[in-house]
Amino acid sequence: MTSYRLQTGGLIDRQTPVSFTFDGKRMLGFEGDSLASALLANGRQLIGRSFKYHRPRGILTAGSAEPNALMTIGRGGRTEANTRATMQELYQGLEAKSQSRWPSLEFDIGALNTLLSPFLGAGFYYKTFMWPAPLWEKLYEPFIRKAAGLGKATYEADPDTYEKCWAHCDLLIIGSGPTGIAAALTSGRSGARVILVDEHSASGGSLLSETASIGDVSASVFVQQAMDELHSLSNVQILTRTTAFGWYDGNVFGAVERVQKQVALPNVALPVERLWRIVAKKALLASGAEERPLVFGGNDIPGVMMATAMRTYLNRYGVAPGKDVAIFTTNNSGYALANDLEARGIVPVAIIDSRPDGNSAYAGKARVINGAFVSDAHGGKALSSVSIFKSGIAETIKVDALAMSGGFSPVIHLACHRGGKPIWSDEQSAFLAPNGLKGMELAGAVATTVGIAACLEDGANRAAALIEGLGFKTSPASFGTVERDIVSPAAKPVWNIPGIKGKAFVDYQNDVHREDLGIAVQEGYGHVELAKRYTTNGMATDQGKLSNVNAIGLLAQARGVSPAEVGTTTFRPFYTPVSFGALTGAYHGEHFQPVRKSPLHGWAKKNGAIFVETGLWYRSSWFTRDGETTWRESVDREVRNVRVNAGLCDVSMLGKIEICGKDAAEFLNRVYSNAFLKLPVGKARYGLMLREDGMIYDDGTTSRLSEQRFFMTTTTAYAAGVMNHLEFCAQALWPDLDVHIASSTDQWAQMAVAGPKARLILQTVVDEDISNEAFPFLGAKEVSLFGGQLHGRLLRISFSGELAFELAVPASYGESVADALMEAGRNHGIQPYGVEALSVLRIEKGHVTHNEINGTVVPADLGFGKMVSSTKGDFIGKAMVAREGLTSSERPQLVGVIPLDPNTSFRSGSHILEKNAAARLENDQGYVTSSAFSPHLRSTIGLALVKRGSERHDEEVMIWNGIRNEFTPGRLCNPVFVDPENEKLHV
Amino acid sequence: MASLVPCPHCGARPKEEFTIKGAALARPTPDAGTEAWMDYVYLRDNPRGLYEEYWHHTSGCRRWLVVTRDTATHDIEHSRDVALSQLTDIRP
Ligand SMILES: [Zn+2]
Repeated sequence: MTSYRLQTGGLIDRQTPVSFTFDGKRMLGFEGDSLASALLANGRQLIGRSFKYHRPRGILTAGSAEPNALMTIGRGGRTEANTRATMQELYQGLEAKSQSRWPSLEFDIGALNTLLSPFLGAGFYYKTFMWPAPLWEKLYEPFIRKAAGLGKATYEADPDTYEKCWAHCDLLIIGSGPTGIAAALTSGRSGARVILVDEHSASGGSLLSETASIGDVSASVFVQQAMDELHSLSNVQILTRTTAFGWYDGNVFGAVERVQKQVALPNVALPVERLWRIVAKKALLASGAEERPLVFGGNDIPGVMMATAMRTYLNRYGVAPGKDVAIFTTNNSGYALANDLEARGIVPVAIIDSRPDGNSAYAGKARVINGAFVSDAHGGKALSSVSIFKSGIAETIKVDALAMSGGFSPVIHLACHRGGKPIWSDEQSAFLAPNGLKGMELAGAVATTVGIAACLEDGANRAAALIEGLGFKTSPASFGTVERDIVSPAAKPVWNIPGIKGKAFVDYQNDVHREDLGIAVQEGYGHVELAKRYTTNGMATDQGKLSNVNAIGLLAQARGVSPAEVGTTTFRPFYTPVSFGALTGAYHGEHFQPVRKSPLHGWAKKNGAIFVETGLWYRSSWFTRDGETTWRESVDREVRNVRVNAGLCDVSMLGKIEICGKDAAEFLNRVYSNAFLKLPVGKARYGLMLREDGMIYDDGTTSRLSEQRFFMTTTTAYAAGVMNHLEFCAQALWPDLDVHIASSTDQWAQMAVAGPKARLILQTVVDEDISNEAFPFLGAKEVSLFGGQLHGRLLRISFSGELAFELAVPASYGESVADALMEAGRNHGIQPYGVEALSVLRIEKGHVTHNEINGTVVPADLGFGKMVSSTKGDFIGKAMVAREGLTSSERPQLVGVIPLDPNTSFRSGSHILEKNAAARLENDQGYVTSSAFSPHLRSTIGLALVKRGSERHDEEVMIWNGIRNEFTPGRLCNPVFVDPENEKLHV
Repeated sequence: MASLVPCPHCGARPKEEFTIKGAALARPTPDAGTEAWMDYVYLRDNPRGLYEEYWHHTSGCRRWLVVTRDTATHDIEHSRDVALSQLTDIRP
């Protein structure tokens, strides 16, 4: 005989059958079933194999602590492994597959592991697989991977959407059992903003499994009426299918709502899961208590189940556990089940009560055996009998179902998430929440209150006190008399059961049994944190919800101490597993991060740009022309064209910052190492920004547009960082300076026009005279364009070393201005060039970027020693730049490097060795920071940071790439390969 | 996961909107000497308990704040606008 559906009863809709499959076999359940209840209704008790020994396993619980009934649900991209069948609502067409079995659930080769069990005990990860090491790859790992295994993740993309949101409330109530409902009614009626969350599909908690009545109505009708009232209150938000998984600082709670996990095909307009961050002024934890298993031999055989779970299947789902049911209990919980079973015509064959006096109030028909234990359950894939141990006399009873109750553990996890340690109570035989929690109170079973009536009262009173503390007027909700309320006070725990012969499991999911904990203690791993790692107890997806307290009890007895002395491992979020999808929310694929497109993106695109991602930006790498087959061909052409004719390059992504105010010049003087106070209006200046430790932070040009207005450019990479830094300087360091800073990066389209013909081309659109006399090198001014139709900013600065200008125009005009320049330059040979060509041009000219400004260099290293003012009273970096070590003559300095044979080449990152030195790290002289093929020199060229580099021009060296084992004879040289006299800049 | 930082201008906002710079130390004068500067640039206390830090409301009002945070609990005791609080001291 197996479990089966009763003809009547339960909160299921018998008019609505629901079809589903389990391992391909079609079955029927009803609307309102969980996957677990539907499987049990179909007589399906064997639902999986265990992790290590591949033992047959059945459904143990009816809630989120389920360690056994983990299944793979769904198909394709919606495949979800390790779904707890007890939490999964049944839906039309649900496909469930069992896990940890091969080749099939019924016949599993891995069950042979049981024969290997002497090698798989406590510490097996550390012992068995330690030696010989080469066997790891060949034997141990494949063995573990094959044999072990919860579900497999799918490789297909998840087609569904997820979202994240915030919520704010006066009172957050976690759990909607009797305590939570009473609290919600009390606080909701006061007008306070209340959020009530519950991890189950329906509100009501334990009341949904109750046969008691409240007032004149059944518990489930009471729930319905209470929820109707709460739904009618606009200040109360009810979130079902929502697990509060963590308590964080600021009284913020994390919760995940399973919005559409109960349907086969989600509505695309809604997310499947929603991650909540709930900011609560106060929180009431009404999470209830978890029933503990008992550790006897064969306590994992399908058919063995928690007593409260069996009661839930019976009362809520109308599912009987079997025909011959026994109950093994240490407390009164087992008797509530006995009464309910008897009411449904299933008189238990025996109640085995560990207490010598049992429960004197029990008036049912079942045979009660007091002072007795179930020492072993027997059976393979299904339970067949139990052995009873009483005062040394053994008796065997034929059963097909066994309920167990080892007492209750308050579900205190959330209360411990902020560092508080649980406290062991001998009186309650349980770990209780830490005292003095700020912002959270506990009520109901989690606070050791027992019985429905007491929980209703406790929930109402605590909520009233919390809400009044927030300034609301209310009185505790009151309720009618509770009939048939089973009060199950804490009973003495039973850790070690006498007479056990078989394997007695403590942690079902990780297959940790009683003897493993004994071994851990014997071998010196008795400390709770060590025992956890040594035995893997409590380490699986259920995080020891059922096993931890039993493990601690067994460790305590093995060590001869109290559980208080053993203590617990640390409770951390998440309470139950949270999907990556929910944590990711909308931030994946193209929404993973924003794409920044330059105002000239369209111009670049129509000119054939190949784009490269740099940070968030899409920058033009190069512009392919017909007939060009490699990127180098395009880049070489673009470089040559800039040096011969002219090129146009999009530099809009440079950081641009407006700096205004009476003290703007003084401010710049303090943030740059070189002088800015006396920069004339109409001039640009190259500036170096240091960090306080003296290293270079960033470089760029800043132009003075008027007495109190400056225009700063930064490197692309550091645009945001420099802005933050300037704000820090202005607000934290020198708030007395009158200076205002605004980022204008996105407001300007900026283009570099570089090459001997740059002026010719630009003059056709710029109204003012930009001749060398009227607008010399480093000129900077606002200009009128196209006969006064537009105004822009023109800077005569050059990164390429050619005659060059940068023109900034309002962003929305960027593309049309670039088009006009291309048109104007057509007869002068203008071509667009990208960042690759820009890079070659600057290396040829010896200009540095963040390849060289790498956080380890001071100005003198790059030949910028004169840019460190010796006369300024203060600037960022002044105090540290001249300290010992930063002025040493042995420091790496910027130098050029070129191969002796232009037909040979080298890569960035290669190291420099003295000509005949051995290729060893201690002979390292420095390394190549940047390299490129120079069409101008028809050779690879590089910039390098080399010890005393500035004194070593013309020295022959070896360029060594240790990773590729490449050696290139080369020569150090002046880092400026093109126009070292800067004549081109001034034409 | 979910901390909130009180900004004197914007109210309680998610910590993701902020950038932390670290200890809120007073910058030494340029001639304070090597030791004072080494302390300022490199040495940090690591107290258990209240600690003053610079936080920037980067994705908000862009003001720099001094946030007093308990390093053991992450509880934030207090926050103030660094510039405004200094200016109040200067011009009461
Ligand atoms: Zn703010």
